[in-house]
Amino acid sequence: MTGDRGLILLIEDEPQMRRFLRVTLQSRGYELIEASSGEDGIAQSATRKPDVILLDLGLPDLDGLEVLGRMREWSQTPVIILSAREQEQDKIRALDAGADDYLTKPFSAGELLARIRVALRHQVMHEGQTEPVFVQDTLRVDLAKRRVFLKESEIHLTPIEYRLLAYLIKNAGKVITHRQLLKEVWGPAYANQAHYVRVYMGMLRHKLEEDPSRPRFFINEPGVGYRLRFEVPPEQDS
Amino acid sequence: MEELRPDPDLLLDQMRRETERSREGQLKIFFGAAPGVGKTYAMLEAAHKKISEGVDVIVGLVETHGRKETEALIEGLEIMLRRSIEYRGAVLKELDIDAALARKPSIILVDELAHSNAEGSRHKKRWQDIYELLGAGITVYTTMNVQHLESLNDVVTQITGINVRETVPDFLLERADEIELIDIPPEDLLQRLAEGKVYVAELAVQARRNFFRKGNLLALRELALRRTAEQVDEQMQSYRRGKGVKEVWPAAERILVCIGPSPFATRLIRAAKRMAAGLRADWIAVNVEAPGKVRPSENDIKGLADNMRLAEGLGAETLVLSGHTASEAILDYARSRNVTKIIVGKPTHPRWKDMIFGSLLDELVRGSGDIDVYVISGDSRESMPHPAVKAGTAKVPARDWIISVAAIAGCTASAALMFRRFELVDIAMIYLLGVIFTASRTHRGPAILASLLSVAAFDFFFVPPFYTFVVHQKSYYVTFIVMFIVAFVTSRLTFRVREQAEAARRRERSTAALYRLSRELVHERGLEQLSAIATKHISTVFSQNTVILIPDDQGRLLTPAGEPESFVLDERELSVAQWAFGHRQKVGRGTDTLPGAKGLYMPLVASSRTVGVIGIRSDDAAGSFEPEQIHVLENFAHQVAMAFERALLAEEAQHAVLKAETESLRNTLLSSLSHDLRTPLAAITGSSTTLLHQDDVLDRHSRRELIFTIIEEAEHLNRIVRNVLDMTRIESGAITVKKEWLPIEEIVGSVLNRMAEKLIEHPFTTKIPKDLPMAPFDPLLIEQVLMNLLENAVRYTPAGTVIELSASVEDDELLVELADYGPGIAPGDEEQIFEKFVRGPAAAGGIGLGLTICRAIINAHGGRIWAENRKGGGVVFRFALPISEHPPVVETDEETVRFIS
Repeated sequence: MTGDRGLILLIEDEPQMRRFLRVTLQSRGYELIEASSGEDGIAQSATRKPDVILLDLGLPDLDGLEVLGRMREWSQTPVIILSAREQEQDKIRALDAGADDYLTKPFSAGELLARIRVALRHQVMHEGQTEPVFVQDTLRVDLAKRRVFLKESEIHLTPIEYRLLAYLIKNAGKVITHRQLLKEVWGPAYANQAHYVRVYMGMLRHKLEEDPSRPRFFINEPGVGYRLRFEVPPEQDS
Repeated sequence: MEELRPDPDLLLDQMRRETERSREGQLKIFFGAAPGVGKTYAMLEAAHKKISEGVDVIVGLVETHGRKETEALIEGLEIMLRRSIEYRGAVLKELDIDAALARKPSIILVDELAHSNAEGSRHKKRWQDIYELLGAGITVYTTMNVQHLESLNDVVTQITGINVRETVPDFLLERADEIELIDIPPEDLLQRLAEGKVYVAELAVQARRNFFRKGNLLALRELALRRTAEQVDEQMQSYRRGKGVKEVWPAAERILVCIGPSPFATRLIRAAKRMAAGLRADWIAVNVEAPGKVRPSENDIKGLADNMRLAEGLGAETLVLSGHTASEAILDYARSRNVTKIIVGKPTHPRWKDMIFGSLLDELVRGSGDIDVYVISGDSRESMPHPAVKAGTAKVPARDWIISVAAIAGCTASAALMFRRFELVDIAMIYLLGVIFTASRTHRGPAILASLLSVAAFDFFFVPPFYTFVVHQKSYYVTFIVMFIVAFVTSRLTFRVREQAEAARRRERSTAALYRLSRELVHERGLEQLSAIATKHISTVFSQNTVILIPDDQGRLLTPAGEPESFVLDERELSVAQWAFGHRQKVGRGTDTLPGAKGLYMPLVASSRTVGVIGIRSDDAAGSFEPEQIHVLENFAHQVAMAFERALLAEEAQHAVLKAETESLRNTLLSSLSHDLRTPLAAITGSSTTLLHQDDVLDRHSRRELIFTIIEEAEHLNRIVRNVLDMTRIESGAITVKKEWLPIEEIVGSVLNRMAEKLIEHPFTTKIPKDLPMAPFDPLLIEQVLMNLLENAVRYTPAGTVIELSASVEDDELLVELADYGPGIAPGDEEQIFEKFVRGPAAAGGIGLGLTICRAIINAHGGRIWAENRKGGGVVFRFALPISEHPPVVETDEETVRFIS
């Protein structure tokens, strides 16, 4: 079954990390290409056309952000950043520069696989398919009719609340930075007014979450942004 | 005689001076009454004696003047090459001071202490070279004649009629460790002169004949003997003081000498010095910025500067006084300083001036009370009256002349309107008004012109016959003269008041600036801010071109980066500044050392070290600095130096504390880590090796057990590493608080999400009001705080007990509480648990950094964190974050009932 789920490029210089990821990913049916340096990674991504790229930010030869920038010049392949905890600013910069998601080391195999599934799903949706109705748990959003339901009862949202929710649904499962949300929902002039997102996310939480202080849908990634929880079941892809 | 206990202060002072001296070289002066007594010869003989004792002696510079005996003595000595300096076509050979410093012999011979160096040398005078050599720890042998001694200079001139220009300050002689008087009877000297053995280059044949008269030689010999005896006496005195020998000490005398810019003042200064030396008194030289004086001329400024410098060189304290009248200013100051004697010069102006303007001398004597006033005679040849009027007219702008003429024209116009209706006397008054107006707005010249013009216009227009200067009635002449005198005197008085006000303003400005500087310096700590403040203040008072140089660890001066206004220091100027720093002396323009430099450099000498150098350059490239300015700058430098030293000491103290803390942290950390890291590592290694080697015998349940152990212990390790890293970052100051406005609910949500698995065994409730306002804090750091508090709660409370979190806003504070129903804290430990490496009851598995990190983060936010035991059992942790401003406004859109596009 090796390789039929997708081709993953891993750009990582630590041999231990590569071994762990090789075993984990191959056992789950992904085909893996390994690159131990930024230059090698860029070359591999051009020749092998992977479905998902896992990129470590701390590479010996090139800055991870530079690797990302050079790949983004010609490719829209989903990139998941692997980084240490102290690099919050780098994470945000990478996300704003076009990375799709990030994982903080140390992470579990389960988290990694979930992110890869989300990335692959978005990759598929990029190619034309759109889902008219978003369903996650008790939340149901009819994107065509612009109606939001929680456990069958309809919830009324303001236009901005709805735009915010719709953008999160479009990127379901992926982390979106404050900046990205502000630019998409309020416009570029609001790019540095993070408190707007915070207030509206609070309003969404209070309308759509059962317990707003223990949200199930709107996951806060402190210092980075938000993520709409979206589980892609492992079976779905096969 | 009874031996008394020596005064400890005096002893300390003497010891300090001796230790200072021991680092410096010794100075031995071969002292003589006249040229040709054999000083150089004696010096060379002494050198030979030292060489035979094995001392390293070299000849820095000896003038043999072709004398055979002397030349013979030089042979066999190591002689340094001289430095050639080209000056006006001639090549002059001077002492190569740098070579001497590099060679660093034990003893160096340098002839003729009073010599003036050629232009382009480092110092103007040879004695300054010698001073530097002494400072470098080299012993110097040198020669000198009595007529070159500063304080005796004028006495010698009086005796011999020959003016000696090259002088040596008295303090150098006082500084000498040994003075050897070379004395031969005048008859023998005259004999040697006749034989051609005496070389006196600086004197013409006629002068030589005058100089070498027996009477002169006897007088000079007496002077030399007396001066040497005084020196011996001084050494005796200090010995006696050291041994506690009681002596009759005269009540402290203090002498004040009033000097002006005229060359005559140099006599007063020398007389004061002699009197002060005789009485062992302190002395002060003052110049009174008399309100009556007009703006001083260039010559006056220079003359006064020279005189002040001379007085300083002779050991006086110098300053400039000002006041309502000169006598008042002098007497007030004299009383404030307990002056016992005032020295003034004999007046040289005509008697009638005193009658009109009052006599300074008279007022001084009358007001002096118990202060003695000494009047020293002046020499009419020397005391040339300074050309005051010329000074006043020197730089009068054309505008002033126009004002003068216009004022009188205006008066004429208004007088014409009054004419016939008023008396002529009233019309004359109108003109007086014009003269006062001119005097209050312009200079002296235009004021005098206005006085003259007013009389002329009055005569021309209003005195019959009209429109001619001819006057028929004799009585009008009296009117004219009185009118002119009144106009003239009034204009002078007006002008004087203005000058005085200006002088007062100038001084006021520098005093105020000094006050402002010291006040601002008190509030700053960092060297860079201090330096910026000092530069700013000095710039406003002196010159825009001010720079403060601070040394690096090696003592090399560095120009502070990023000061656009300061002047650029080239290599040469920097080396001059470095010299000032190394020698703790002011150098450069306006001083006697390296006067060719572009700037003036003043070392910042604090009590224990030199902390930097102030460089200042005159706004116009050729400009110099006056002694008064330099004096004020010295005051500034002193303030700045003290502030710098304070900052340096504080910094050093902080470094020491930080270093000690880091050291102890590192030690505790190492001992703690070795245990805390090994325990999870041992569990991981054990579990994984079991899995690897005994895979076949383990059942499914045991395998899972081992795998969970590995995961848990790895997470544990991760937590330890995270805490240690956080702590290190906090300690090193690498953590900065990036405050953002956000609802605390958001952070609570993400913490609960992350810790969901750990919270499975604990029922958890949150109480956060729906409308709780946003607060400013760093989301990542506060998330860390909540996470640490929650981890603690989970770790120290039994499974199944409730954990409660609530938040509220009270009194501009966000208050967050985390309460549990666990065992609580041992009473009295509420504070201690926040300390580093303090852990709770055993087996909980932390390393005691979590709460310390919380406290550091909360403190960095300006908030507070504390813990209390609850009445019903358990503990509550609370932290409060300040909300000092209003949250930003967010425009929300209308709540819509339903919208379908």
